[in-house]
Amino acid sequence: MNEIFQQLVNGLALGAVYALIAIGYTMVYGVLRFINFAHGDVFMLGSFTGYYLAQQVTKWIPLPSWSGWMLIMFLTMIICAIIGIVIELLAYRPLRNRPKLTVLITAIGVSLLIEYTCQHQAIFGASQKAFPKLLPTGNFTLGGLSFNTTQFVVLGVTLVLLTVLTFIVKKTRIGMAMRAVSFNSAAASLMGISNSFIISFTFGLGSALAGAGGILYGMTYTGIDPLMGVNVGLKAFVAAVLGGIGNLPGAALGGLVLGIVETYAGGMSGMSTYRDGIAFAILIIILIFKPTGLLGSKQIEKV
Amino acid sequence: MSRILKDPRLLLLIAIVVAVIVGLGSDQMNLYYRGVAIDIGIAIILAVSLNLINGHTGQFSLGHAGFMSVGAYVSAMITLALQKSMGADDLTWIFLPALLAGGLVAALAGLLVGVPSLRLRGDYLAIVTLGFGEIIRVIFQNVEAAGGASGLSGIPRMTDLAWTFILAAFAVYVVGCLVNSTYGRGFLAVHDDEVAASSMGLNPTRYKVTAFVIGAFFAGIAGGLFAHHKTTINPQVFDFMKSFEVVVMVILGGMGRTAGVILAAILLTLAPEFLRSVAEYRMIIYALVIIFLMIARPQGLFNFARKKKSLAP
Repeated sequence: MNEIFQQLVNGLALGAVYALIAIGYTMVYGVLRFINFAHGDVFMLGSFTGYYLAQQVTKWIPLPSWSGWMLIMFLTMIICAIIGIVIELLAYRPLRNRPKLTVLITAIGVSLLIEYTCQHQAIFGASQKAFPKLLPTGNFTLGGLSFNTTQFVVLGVTLVLLTVLTFIVKKTRIGMAMRAVSFNSAAASLMGISNSFIISFTFGLGSALAGAGGILYGMTYTGIDPLMGVNVGLKAFVAAVLGGIGNLPGAALGGLVLGIVETYAGGMSGMSTYRDGIAFAILIIILIFKPTGLLGSKQIEKV
Repeated sequence: MSRILKDPRLLLLIAIVVAVIVGLGSDQMNLYYRGVAIDIGIAIILAVSLNLINGHTGQFSLGHAGFMSVGAYVSAMITLALQKSMGADDLTWIFLPALLAGGLVAALAGLLVGVPSLRLRGDYLAIVTLGFGEIIRVIFQNVEAAGGASGLSGIPRMTDLAWTFILAAFAVYVVGCLVNSTYGRGFLAVHDDEVAASSMGLNPTRYKVTAFVIGAFFAGIAGGLFAHHKTTINPQVFDFMKSFEVVVMVILGGMGRTAGVILAAILLTLAPEFLRSVAEYRMIIYALVIIFLMIARPQGLFNFARKKKSLAP
């Protein structure tokens, strides 16, 4: 019983990171209708931004500390937002009205470019790096279970970020514009909404969340490398599809479900080596039986 | 001359004769050049078979390496088992049946993957085929008989230039004739407009699955050739990057243009060899070229001829 609960917390912490990244996929899919393959790499860049920022910040504010951590989170999110906007501007904007497959291939190209550039010796190098300790956390026991405070920080930060995001999308003018573009971009531009600006903003918002996810991932798993975005990114995409792509609460739910399922399955004896396949198995089952995902709505295709 | 060029069977015959003659002379060739030439032949088979799925039928598949790995493992396990039971005697006679078996099992995998996933379209299909490719990889990683994560080694080196190019010519012939036949027009119809095709009485799903199965069969053959060329295989070789390389060949060649796709396969196999001097920047250059070409020439590098006939978006 104890172990089940402990695994649940582990799964939720992993799922929270998936959820943060999945939201970026889902938002971009909402406005542009394509899979931004490079999103997982923005997440990786978030981790590395945190890694290098920590070396600078620690000169002013000694780490681990809460204030230093907050500063690093904030700066990383801004830097990642800029990275996301620049990627869209340089690679995707020239292809705005091209066939989707062209954009998809370009996205994979961008992803490869980031991965291999970062693997180069002059940038990050291919080897794994140890993520610095940002927060004064430790283990504590509660009812005979030992927990890591980092996991609760991860869950708390995710909750706060998701609340802020929901507020932006639901209550602000720019959020309304995002929903309008996602619903019908041609009609939205007739209403005076600048599609390009909204798309840039969406990329920025999604990338900021991915950057935050990168930091949280680094805090939980401590090892970061330039290829970490590939697997996590794909799984986050699976989470987005699981929840119903284009649907924000769905992406969060999908991320949590995937994180929990993966953690439990990985904990079972004899299953741990299949762990990486589980996400895809879930994806395939979902797409075959309910292609719209858990919370998605059916779209009717007109001829 | 032009009549000869228009008869595909004659062309196939010529290609096979040339392949055999070149193959006979290949003993004199530099080992490195011969290896690269075989790589090219395998790439042609892969690209042409994926072209049937991606180019002609318009179904975007990102799991071709998965089918390739099925063919590679099945054929390698057959030859390894026979080698063990019969000693290291002359195994040439078993090579072709082993390749065929690999191709057939890969085709079966194509059927299993294709039937459920071909209900999806566009990038959903892309991601599902990617997922299947990864699942096939994870399975091979965990199967003891397939050597687990370290894979199989000591596979007899039986792939030679003649076999590779005979099979490549055969793949080009089958796909070319299929697409140009009356039946095969259905692939293009499904590609251009699925709804219109089905209103004309075609069964799009059937065409898609057919394309998938045939494509997977040849990918399996290519995998078998690959396994008996490199002599060691492991699940890591057949990852997403391998699938993507083949997709890039098809796209650079101009989706659905056989000659262009063959040229792209040759070019993309040679390019890394030429870039060996700048090996550390090789993949960076590769990625940049892809992005640049998608922006500048999305219709493909070798697509000079008339505009695309299809009017569908």
